[in-house]
Amino acid sequence: MTPSRAAFTAILAKDLRAELRTLQSLPAMALFATTTFVIFRFGLDRTSLSGSLASGVLWATLLFAALLGVNRLFVAEREEGGFDAIRLAPIDRSALFAAKATALFTYLVVLELVVVPIFALFFLDSAAALAPLAAVLLLADLGIAATGTLISSMAVHSRARDLLGPLVLLPLVVPLMIAATGASEPLLAVGGPGYHRFGTWLAVLSLYDLIFLLVGWAVFDFLLED
Amino acid sequence: MYGKGLRPLSIATVVAIAGAFSLVFFYAPLDADQGFVQKIFYIHVPLAIVALVGFVVGAVFAILHLRSGDRRWDAYSYVSIHMSVIFGVAVLITGAIWAKASWGHWWVWDEPTLVSFLIVFLMYATYYPFRYAIEDPERQARYASVFAVTAGAFVPLNFMAVRLAESLVHPRVFATTNGGLPGSMMFTFLACLVAVALLWVTLVKLELTAKSASGQLKRLRRALDAPAAGAGSRIAPEVS
Repeated sequence: MTPSRAAFTAILAKDLRAELRTLQSLPAMALFATTTFVIFRFGLDRTSLSGSLASGVLWATLLFAALLGVNRLFVAEREEGGFDAIRLAPIDRSALFAAKATALFTYLVVLELVVVPIFALFFLDSAAALAPLAAVLLLADLGIAATGTLISSMAVHSRARDLLGPLVLLPLVVPLMIAATGASEPLLAVGGPGYHRFGTWLAVLSLYDLIFLLVGWAVFDFLLED
Repeated sequence: MYGKGLRPLSIATVVAIAGAFSLVFFYAPLDADQGFVQKIFYIHVPLAIVALVGFVVGAVFAILHLRSGDRRWDAYSYVSIHMSVIFGVAVLITGAIWAKASWGHWWVWDEPTLVSFLIVFLMYATYYPFRYAIEDPERQARYASVFAVTAGAFVPLNFMAVRLAESLVHPRVFATTNGGLPGSMMFTFLACLVAVALLWVTLVKLELTAKSASGQLKRLRRALDAPAAGAGSRIAPEVS
């Protein structure tokens, strides 16, 4: 195992173990998402959703729940001196980016495993859309993980870090949200899942993921210099 | 040192803008469909093109800054993005006026170019709070460059996603090979594009000159042990 691989595994294992023991992010994200569904139920005054309304509610909720995780992603590193440790260690700094992005991706997948069934239970007539929706969710999670890690690592060094992360991240994920909602809308339509332009939107999502994973990987070194 | 050549550049800009505007009003034919209001096209579209190119130029300067570590490139990147955001405000305003005149609404959502531009503008509007929130100037410069590179990659992606999502009602004046703009309109448009680009370059140069002058003044004051006049901008990088 190369040193970078070892560092990647160590940081990722540390993050997941810390999350399992402290349960700082995930329960809050899941609770937030569930409560938001309830608020949408009353805000929209609808007991079942379909089409664009369903995909809008789902993606807005997931995105804002993801922001909670993004905000907390690097807090431990900053408070406990993890950044200094990475700087001192003779490893590729991208290992930290890869590990953090993977951790965020894992959080998002776990979050969706919990709240998407709840969403279906609350609002959808059938669960037929969930299987193809999983592909959209996974690709969107990858994009949020890439941009979220990048922005979070910068925001954590600023004053007002809880403000700055969402502020910069929201416009950055607009294309991702356009593609994700575009793909989900026909899936959640009345009368079973449709696949209108499904491939196009998956391609846009993949392109977004690819570009921002590459950008994050390329620029992450500069964020740790000091 | 940035002031060198500013005067001829300014004169060239004034001449180009005066020339382009006289072409717009006296040479270019009236649009058969939209009439006089179509003439806003000659300022709206060049502004939009120059603002977007300015964002990309800002990203290129940011890459240079990250590669070389020279703070001067960060100042270039900051001024480019700053000027493009100002141009962006003008694009949104002229776009809204044009939309009102030709479609009857100030804002049209199923209009990909306008919506894309708004999202790009919102993205770059966060550049200022972003810089402001980071205290250490060296880190601020580095992070701002990372922001500029990320946002630079975001611009084309965003245009693609929005275009795919919307119906295509925007006049695509250059898309058709022969049925597009008549020669006289095209010539006027290109003259306007050159004039607006010159304006952008002049304003960028002017801001860099002003920053360099105030930086020099600050250093002189420090050398003389005089108290600094005013705190200056916390987010604008200093130019040596």
